[in-house]
Amino acid sequence: MAVAERKTDIGPPDFRQFLPPIIKKNYGTWAYHEILEPGVMVHVAESGDKLYTVRAGTPRLLSTVTIRAFAGLADKYCGGHLRWTSRHNVEFLLTDKSKIAALKEELHELGFPVGGTGNAISSIVHTQGWVHCHSSATDASGVVKAIMDELYPHFVNMNLPAKLRIAFACCLNMCGAVHCSDISVLGIHRKAPKIDHENLPKMCEIPTLVSSCPTGAIRPATIDGKQSVEVEEAQCMYCGNCYTVCPAMQINNAEADGISIWVGGKVSNARHEPMFSKLAIPFIPNNPPRWPEVVDAVVKLVNVYAENAQKHERMGEWIERIGWPRFFDITGIPFTKYHIDDFRHAGETYKRSTQLKH
Amino acid sequence: MSEKNRATPLLDELDKGPWPSFVKEIKKSAETNPMARDTLGQLERSFEDKISHWKHGGLVGVMGYGGGVIGRYSDLPEEFPEVAAFHTYRVNQPAGWFYTSEVLRTLCDIWERHGSGLTNMHGSTGDIIFLGSKTEALEPCFADLTAHGFDLGGSGSDVRTPSCCVGPGRCEWACYDTLDACNDITHSYQDELHRPAFPYKYKFKFSGCPNDCVASVARSDMSIIGTWKDDIQVDQEQVQKYAADGVDIRNEICRLCPTHCIQWDGKSLDIDNSECVKCMHCINVMPKALRPGKERGATILIGAKAPIIGGALLSAVFVPFLEMKPPYEDLKELAEAIWDFWGEYGKNRERVGEFIQRVGLGNFLEEIGLEPTPEMVAHPRTNPYIFFEDELEDEDQ
Repeated sequence: MAVAERKTDIGPPDFRQFLPPIIKKNYGTWAYHEILEPGVMVHVAESGDKLYTVRAGTPRLLSTVTIRAFAGLADKYCGGHLRWTSRHNVEFLLTDKSKIAALKEELHELGFPVGGTGNAISSIVHTQGWVHCHSSATDASGVVKAIMDELYPHFVNMNLPAKLRIAFACCLNMCGAVHCSDISVLGIHRKAPKIDHENLPKMCEIPTLVSSCPTGAIRPATIDGKQSVEVEEAQCMYCGNCYTVCPAMQINNAEADGISIWVGGKVSNARHEPMFSKLAIPFIPNNPPRWPEVVDAVVKLVNVYAENAQKHERMGEWIERIGWPRFFDITGIPFTKYHIDDFRHAGETYKRSTQLKH
Repeated sequence: MSEKNRATPLLDELDKGPWPSFVKEIKKSAETNPMARDTLGQLERSFEDKISHWKHGGLVGVMGYGGGVIGRYSDLPEEFPEVAAFHTYRVNQPAGWFYTSEVLRTLCDIWERHGSGLTNMHGSTGDIIFLGSKTEALEPCFADLTAHGFDLGGSGSDVRTPSCCVGPGRCEWACYDTLDACNDITHSYQDELHRPAFPYKYKFKFSGCPNDCVASVARSDMSIIGTWKDDIQVDQEQVQKYAADGVDIRNEICRLCPTHCIQWDGKSLDIDNSECVKCMHCINVMPKALRPGKERGATILIGAKAPIIGGALLSAVFVPFLEMKPPYEDLKELAEAIWDFWGEYGKNRERVGEFIQRVGLGNFLEEIGLEPTPEMVAHPRTNPYIFFEDELEDEDQ
């Protein structure tokens, strides 16, 4: 194609052209909403107009075949209008309440559950994993699928104390809001990178590589007469930043890689300020195709929370009320030296009072 | 080999169960697309070997852009030749992820012409992800996308694709027009988005209220979170209806209010709005009775990031309240002042949140021209190691 014909920097299409007429008419003048049943909401405008939303869970990874099927449903029930949410759910936007049941039936037939509203577990925000990522310490879609198969009843019902958000990232880069979720499932590496001295000088810039290490564990070295680097393994915390900067620093390791589980984070400001998730389980080995140990751990955390938290209490608010000693006690999760922070500002996490429950 | 479907006994286990299966999705595309077939084959190998078979991305992209395409190569190219090169496009989504069936079919047509037929709806930053393109298909696919009104999103050390919540499109709590602001900022910074020139990535996320449905406070360098200044709007009749329908207002509302500024005498709800911190809890529980006030805008917070490199951060308050009206000049002025200072002094792969910690928030504010205010800190410093400036030195001379 000739350069002159090339279009660049046009930006995304204007969203206004895709809004359904009822939204164009009532834009910014919504009065209130109600959840009519799990996955079905009505938003009522000041004009009295009613917009019905039917929300369905998806696996995030979608074929064009399925996207076309969703487009077909949107034509049949919604005048061709639909949207996605920030958690990979697809939402059908209806004006005719009487069509909701038939749409739900068709989504059910296609295998997409309706739910994820209110005090439920919505879809798991997650990353690429072995489907498409080079630095993943585990798969993402596979573990997420295995977890959601077990937590399915919590997607299609709304019987938890509050909403419960689960996020999954397949390495410390965290291409998802894993560090602030009620339950975070995080892939981790546990071995220092294996250095390809043969190719390193050709592939990487050594000063950039040396400075990429947050703990200063990488130093320039001459190996067999070639410029390369060495890693002080005792200083390595397996963050993989060097591997991102230099492909000759292989961080993936089939035996050592696996999954950690974190709890009690949130991003909303409701009641308690936003907070980070904290370490619950430092390591569970990869066990494909269904990672039963990870699934069991997540299900157990959900169950203990559901049985013990008070109404409106998010996971982190509940743990803060009962205290971490009791959390480890009632979940039966062993507390180890790995749970105690030893990175920067670690001292801020030590308990420095006698306010303890005995 | 790619001519026929390889047996995938491990992945077939993930075909089962009630939650929608990504394996089913890959298989649907694999019926007609050899790239999807090899994706499935290589993924099965990863499940056997417990390791990724994707190699580190090389430098690939479309002419004139430094971002938007993520290079990816298989480390088993002979076994899976159709995915030997399998690059990802980040296609900039329309604000709020609104689509028509027609535009979705257009996107499907484009992607079936040029790639694997596999997508993510959507990637973590918000883009439409086209998973898996051969190197020679990159330019033609890009031309096809732009011919149909779509452009690429960000990657690398640039402005990443901004995203926003549904906002005034469907939510009564939207304290500003998140959709318009997101669209405006994205169009205003196309050069910064397509041509990486920063120390590292810079993300914008627009949430319409403090519920923060796009996790702005945790996931963006510039978090624009809607809020209000005046009184919560109360419909006492509706409050009474909630009470009659079983909401225990004293326990579920008054007791859980973080500043205990709500009283309920069984008949009317009394809010001391001067003490309200706009947390949204009471409004979330009784959406028919309570609404945010009318004097609306946003709090601007800066610096959230995931752990790499110096540890995870949440964004910190920079502007307690900003009116959010087009063309968003104050917001743009702030963003550009930050880029000037961080762009000049930030280290390679140092996010702005880390940079602020290194130079000190006080110094940073001075450089970008913001006055320090108590809203910016959880509490004042507890150590006496104050770097006093040189006003005393002058007296010595």
